[in-house]
Amino acid sequence: MSLLSKLQETLVCLKAGRVTLPYPAQAGPVPETFRGRPIFDAARCIGCAGCASNCPAREILVVDVCQEIRILQYLGRRCTYCGRCADVCPEKAITMSREFETATDRIGDIRQRLELFMSTCQRCGRCFTEPSPLEQLKLKGYRFDDVQNERWIFRSQAYLTSEAAVDDISIDLD
Amino acid sequence: MLRNLCQKMFGRSLWVYHANSGGCNGCDIEVLNVLTPYYDVERFGIKLVGSPRHADVMLCQGPAMRSTAKALQRAYEAMPAPKLVFAIGSCACGGGIWFDSYSVLGPVEKLVPVNFYIPGCPPRPEAIIYGVAVAVGLVDKKVAPVTFKQLEMPIPRYHPADLRGSGELIVYEKAEKV
Ligand code: SF4
Ligand code: SF4
Ligand code: SF4
Repeated sequence: MSLLSKLQETLVCLKAGRVTLPYPAQAGPVPETFRGRPIFDAARCIGCAGCASNCPAREILVVDVCQEIRILQYLGRRCTYCGRCADVCPEKAITMSREFETATDRIGDIRQRLELFMSTCQRCGRCFTEPSPLEQLKLKGYRFDDVQNERWIFRSQAYLTSEAAVDDISIDLD
Repeated sequence: MLRNLCQKMFGRSLWVYHANSGGCNGCDIEVLNVLTPYYDVERFGIKLVGSPRHADVMLCQGPAMRSTAKALQRAYEAMPAPKLVFAIGSCACGGGIWFDSYSVLGPVEKLVPVNFYIPGCPPRPEAIIYGVAVAVGLVDKKVAPVTFKQLEMPIPRYHPADLRGSGELIVYEKAEKV
């Protein structure tokens, strides 16, 4: 009886053939819908920190080391690849890659760090980078920048006052 | 000769012990998946054992938890000397999304020294195999830290004294770099 069942098992195995995937030697296709680790595009990021405040794992840290420099750090340790940061990013600076081969012996290897120059809003004194949503809206009273011709442009007369709008403009970068 | 061959073939045969210290079971399922015929890790000599005393490698899933901390440390101490610890999943690597919960102490490296990290929630079975392959030296690791630094301010600094009015636009003309 048991011999018969063994024979049956052999038959089943033979019928199935070889199913093992030759993984590390030869990578198979990743499913279309698979989300791997997020990749940050520094050229598009405007430093709004929307990703940081939406990350459920609090994995993106934003530090303003001075008025003009904002540091965005993605640590990747407890990132669940949920894609909320990519969803919320207004500039589509984060793409969820399909990269999963992130195993490492040093956890710092999956860190991504962006150092961004920020401008100072003349109204509130807070930071935004140059090609910002405010610029796109071309709101009256807000500053927008002509990067090609290297100059600031203002839409409003409100800036032609004799004294500076904010005092922290003379902060040096170093 | 047979002995040499055996050493060559089985010198890196890892016996793994699977410790879940409080994860959601997602990673456990993926580890089980790795042991199925599809991903068959026994071709690398990897075998699941039931006791830490037989194991070379501990696969940690789940964060370091208040309730299981002692047990995890005891399991680590019970393993014989050349031992490795793999942190599998974002819980074990960094504490998971409940890292600030009252019962979570943080990543498992707070309790036991971790040698390899396999991030993901849960990592794909391929990612786990890749991590093991990195550990036994079959493939090289692919990730490296990325730093982007903006070196030059794209536009000159603003000084209110240099504003020039022209119609309804007011332009800052001085093209002087910081
Ligand atoms: S993918 Fe999810 S967990 Fe990872 S950084 Fe983005 S928001 Fe945070
Ligand atoms: S949400 Fe997008 S633009 Fe805003 S800081 Fe994050 S990556 Fe940059
Ligand atoms: S890393 Fe994700 S899948 Fe794995 S135990 Fe933690 S929550 Fe579950």
